[in-house]
Amino acid sequence: MNNMKRDVFQIAAFTAAVMALTAMLSSSVWLTFIMLALYGALLAQAWNILGGYGGQFSFGHALFFGVGAYAQVIAQVTHGINAWVALALSIAAAALVGLGTGALTFRYGLKGSYFALVTLAFAEVFRIGAVSVGFTGGGVGMMLPLSESVANLQFGSRKGYIALMLAFVAAAALVTAWLRHSRFGAGLMAVRDNEDAASAVGVDPQRAKRGAITLSAAFMGAAGAFYVQVFQYIDPAIAFGPHVSVEALVAAIVGGMGTLWGPVLGAVALHTLADLTRNLFGQLPGLNMVIYGGVLVLIVMFMPRGLAGLLTTMQPARTPPGRASSPSDAAPARGAESDRG
Amino acid sequence: MAELLRIEHLSRAFGGLRAVQDVSLAVRPGTLTALIGPNGAGKTTLFALMSGFLKPDAGRVVFAGADITGRAPQLNARAGLTRTFQIVQPFAAQTVRENIAVGAHLHEPRRAAALAAAERVAERVGLAAQLDKPAGDLTVAGRKRLELARALATRPKLLLLDEVLAGLNPQEVAEMIPVVRSLVAPGPGTAAGSTTVLMIEHVMQAVMNLAEHVWVLAQGQLIAEGTPQAITNDARVIEAYLGHGTATRLRGVAA
Repeated sequence: MNNMKRDVFQIAAFTAAVMALTAMLSSSVWLTFIMLALYGALLAQAWNILGGYGGQFSFGHALFFGVGAYAQVIAQVTHGINAWVALALSIAAAALVGLGTGALTFRYGLKGSYFALVTLAFAEVFRIGAVSVGFTGGGVGMMLPLSESVANLQFGSRKGYIALMLAFVAAAALVTAWLRHSRFGAGLMAVRDNEDAASAVGVDPQRAKRGAITLSAAFMGAAGAFYVQVFQYIDPAIAFGPHVSVEALVAAIVGGMGTLWGPVLGAVALHTLADLTRNLFGQLPGLNMVIYGGVLVLIVMFMPRGLAGLLTTMQPARTPPGRASSPSDAAPARGAESDRG
Repeated sequence: MAELLRIEHLSRAFGGLRAVQDVSLAVRPGTLTALIGPNGAGKTTLFALMSGFLKPDAGRVVFAGADITGRAPQLNARAGLTRTFQIVQPFAAQTVRENIAVGAHLHEPRRAAALAAAERVAERVGLAAQLDKPAGDLTVAGRKRLELARALATRPKLLLLDEVLAGLNPQEVAEMIPVVRSLVAPGPGTAAGSTTVLMIEHVMQAVMNLAEHVWVLAQGQLIAEGTPQAITNDARVIEAYLGHGTATRLRGVAA
């Protein structure tokens, strides 16, 4: 259990550091940056649980985000449920939808690009559904009335939201640490690396993947509920559109899939990059996105194991040091990565 | 119970190719037996049918008294029937220890205990020095040992070994033979005959050395069975490997 203790210690240190930093800051620009970076880290860590540790690359994680967001606002506005209770309901609703989609897609053996496409399609179905049915407010979306109080889960200061978000990021990191040092996680990673070999030694691949997508969806649901509490508005495009799905998976891939800190690193790096390009090239609309995209391409090309792969020495490199950067080695290394899909 | 595994009239076709046709055999507990045959005879398909990776078109698989025909591989592993793969399938990104621990977790929920069990199994198959290496960095011989170790860690009653010696040099084969024999023979801390082994093997040196009973599969059909000595003198077996008419010609040379 030493490794587990080390991970828990790191998570505790990270949490304490962010809390200390937040306590010292008063600039709302920086506090907003921390809040959004943590929000990105939660999305990425949620995706990482299924994508990084389960090897199932979802392109439609907004599905679970949207379910959480809508559950949060519908519970409060339509049914008058307390915001904290609504939060629990949102997480449960997202987890349930995760379990349902997982049971369906994994039952029929969808993997790799097929799984990615089906998750994308599920999110689109929900987006169109949210436009069409009445209880979501249709295409107009839904507003959460502003009423700042802790009981309403609406804070006067960014610091309240940061504390809430930090709790979720820490919880997601703890779940990830548990995956790294538990029987369930060992089975999940075995399924990721080789499904046949895993089932030959007694791992039930469907059960492992269903568990992973349920956990992953629960954290996406929490992020959706958080979004509603902060921005007090949700519509079908925000909830189920591709933006959230892409944000979750890009941060996880850039940071390093299948690592504990990769998603956090990726989210912080991407938010820094996005803010920088927006501030530097904001007067030329669109240029910031061009640079943002270019940097992403470079990261994926030259750091197939992500930022965490550069920093960590805990995971042994697949190619000997000094050879990894030569073009002839880069291609097979990327091939090996994509084999996980 | 006289037999640990019994298959009855098992058949499986892939389109027009009848890979396994009406094969029946029975494996007694505590034995080390072998399944041989030329390339494409259907040996690996037969293993896949026994372990649940493929469903037979006809026939039955009975393991430890229960009908397991078409039952999922992970359920068979839980019941004590584990296979290895001819083309080794390591979890390449993970260390040797972590690889073996996946097997050990079948009967051991706690992580620390599974890792400790992995270490003991690694010692048995001669992988102790490589425990912290990524599985992807192992040599072919190392991967074969890992394949065996991971299966062994599930504490199988019946181990189906698919060519664990293929691709090894003579030195490595000589090192592996005692390892395979020790699976069945009583060892320290294990009851006599705790594991039964059925192996697919091309390395005849190993088959002659290890197996007490051999089945010969050719073009999906069982053509002969018996002791290794009897099999190597069987005209049908010689013809299956070397072509029609060779048995008589070889006998003519010998006379």
